[in-house]
Amino acid sequence: MAFDAAEAPVLVVDGLRTEFATGEGPPSVAVHDLSFTVRRGETLCIVGESGCGKSLTALSILRLLPRPYGRIGAGRVLLDGQDLAQISDAEMRAVRGRAISMIFQEPMSSLNPVLTIGRQIAETVMVHEQLDWSACMGRALEMLRQVRIPEPERRLQEYPHQLSGGMRQRVMIAMALVCRPRVLLADEPTTALDVTIQAQILDLVRDLQQETGTAVILITHDLGVVAEMAERVLVMYAGNKVEEGSVTEIFDAPTHPYTRGLMAAMPHLGGGQGHRGRLNEIPGVVPALHARPPGCSFAPRCPLVLDKCRVEAPPLLGVGGTHAAACWVTAGNA
Amino acid sequence: MWSYAIRRILATIPVLCVVAIIVFLLLRLSPGDPAAIIAGDNATVDDIAMIRAQLGLDRPLLQQFVFWLGQLLSGDFGNSIYLARPVIGLIMERVEPTLALSVTTMAFAMLLAIPMGVLAAWRAGSWVDQTIMALSVLAFSVPVFLIGYGLVIGFSLTLDLLPVQGFVSLSDDPLQFLRHLVLPTIALGLVYSALLARITRATMLETLNEDFIRTARAKGLAEPRVLLLHALKNASVPIVTTIGTGLALLIGGVVVTESVFAIPGIGRLTIEAVLQRDYPVIQGVILVIAAVYVFVNLAIDLAYPLLDPRIRF
Repeated sequence: MAFDAAEAPVLVVDGLRTEFATGEGPPSVAVHDLSFTVRRGETLCIVGESGCGKSLTALSILRLLPRPYGRIGAGRVLLDGQDLAQISDAEMRAVRGRAISMIFQEPMSSLNPVLTIGRQIAETVMVHEQLDWSACMGRALEMLRQVRIPEPERRLQEYPHQLSGGMRQRVMIAMALVCRPRVLLADEPTTALDVTIQAQILDLVRDLQQETGTAVILITHDLGVVAEMAERVLVMYAGNKVEEGSVTEIFDAPTHPYTRGLMAAMPHLGGGQGHRGRLNEIPGVVPALHARPPGCSFAPRCPLVLDKCRVEAPPLLGVGGTHAAACWVTAGNA
Repeated sequence: MWSYAIRRILATIPVLCVVAIIVFLLLRLSPGDPAAIIAGDNATVDDIAMIRAQLGLDRPLLQQFVFWLGQLLSGDFGNSIYLARPVIGLIMERVEPTLALSVTTMAFAMLLAIPMGVLAAWRAGSWVDQTIMALSVLAFSVPVFLIGYGLVIGFSLTLDLLPVQGFVSLSDDPLQFLRHLVLPTIALGLVYSALLARITRATMLETLNEDFIRTARAKGLAEPRVLLLHALKNASVPIVTTIGTGLALLIGGVVVTESVFAIPGIGRLTIEAVLQRDYPVIQGVILVIAAVYVFVNLAIDLAYPLLDPRIRF
């Protein structure tokens, strides 16, 4: 969707640091000095392996970090200029579900099994817009139509277990968008779904985004989804932003060795005869929260690692356009 | 749904039959000859034989059982040996105090324990949680009679706020009825509350970790709504189950509580009957209590689909 780059961003995350209290000693840092912005109608994809801090970033924005250990250690989350990290709990509740909504990976477990779908959608309207219950149910019905659920009147009275996985995710989307939020956080919304359903759900999100102008932050590990949906891409590794740019910049010239690794690990179709060997993989795993190395956190797995990488973490360096990467080797001399 | 309900109702029949068999054998297998007890210390052999014939104890066991069961089904629980009155009448006279005490105790326990359990789970690990759980261990460990006498000493004898003991019928004086029930209800209810609070906490703790709780919070719902509607409704099946199975605990407690507070209920009747070896009364009481237990748990089973729509039979 076209958006005005001069327009002020809807959401600004500035120097976000998410930490977890540990028994003794300093807290573990799960998200480290993360900054990004999203504009109205824009889609930002946050990419990375499991454990990179993508979901924690989304939960930090909504201040839904697991209690009592998780907390925002530093930084600002500005929604239209208001710092969500500083407002009261009651003010934050008014933001959740109305200005910023979230949809989750697993639609079965994310819907309450003992309440009807209509009720779960309508109560969001009720808490935010103080309408009477029948008006709220009316809005729920209208929303079920918008997310293209067949027989919406009947579905309103049904429970989540009576729906298929794709339908459940549509219900989640209906629930998230019923108050027309300014920002939608979608945490791996299609990971648990069949491929054909995935495409339908992504189409739906994009269509609704065009109608409403909602900014979408899409968290995924699937570069296919990124290519499909993103205008801008943010690559996270071990709680750090390692690369950022427009979708074309990232796909045309992946700069950080981690991004290159992710690209290489993608299966290619039509690669010609005899191209059916093993997929490339990035050796090793994301370091655990309490065992992050000094210097660049990707250094232990990096094929291009220098001595310097193990000592000093590279800053984010511009490599042309809106494209930036944090690497001594590939971005340092650009 | 209806076929489930009917099947579940039919399933109580074998359970009740087993209860009946055990109760029947209880008398026949117990030490001492009931006929001899009834006849008294100075009876002759002929007297005992006559009484035995009267009670049908000289016939084959199976025949006795069938005869006894037939009587039961027609509402005849036999006669008390000591009072020479129908057992069913004795029990009916004693129902009101026990029923009143059970209802107030259950209400007290639920009103106390469920909020406490929810609170403890919500603030798991905090001093609130630790205090509630410590109190529940205490309440579960101290015997009912000790709590009962403690309450009597404190509220009745020292502060003179409530009657020491006894029972007043609801139809005679509603206010006195309630005043007499306060202390027995607390004494008996604390144990039950402790059990219920622990189960509520454990189930809520599990439920609060579910994804849909995060969804509820992400929608901007306030904590009371998250806890009481989204979490507690999901946790209700195990809690309601505990209310049903905990009834066994309550029944044991009723016997003690009624003795401590001199309440003329089923519990007292049971103790009197046991002390006098009044077998027909003992049998009658056991049958009634077992039937109540079975039917309450049946009612709970039938309530499950209302609590959780995923339960379909």
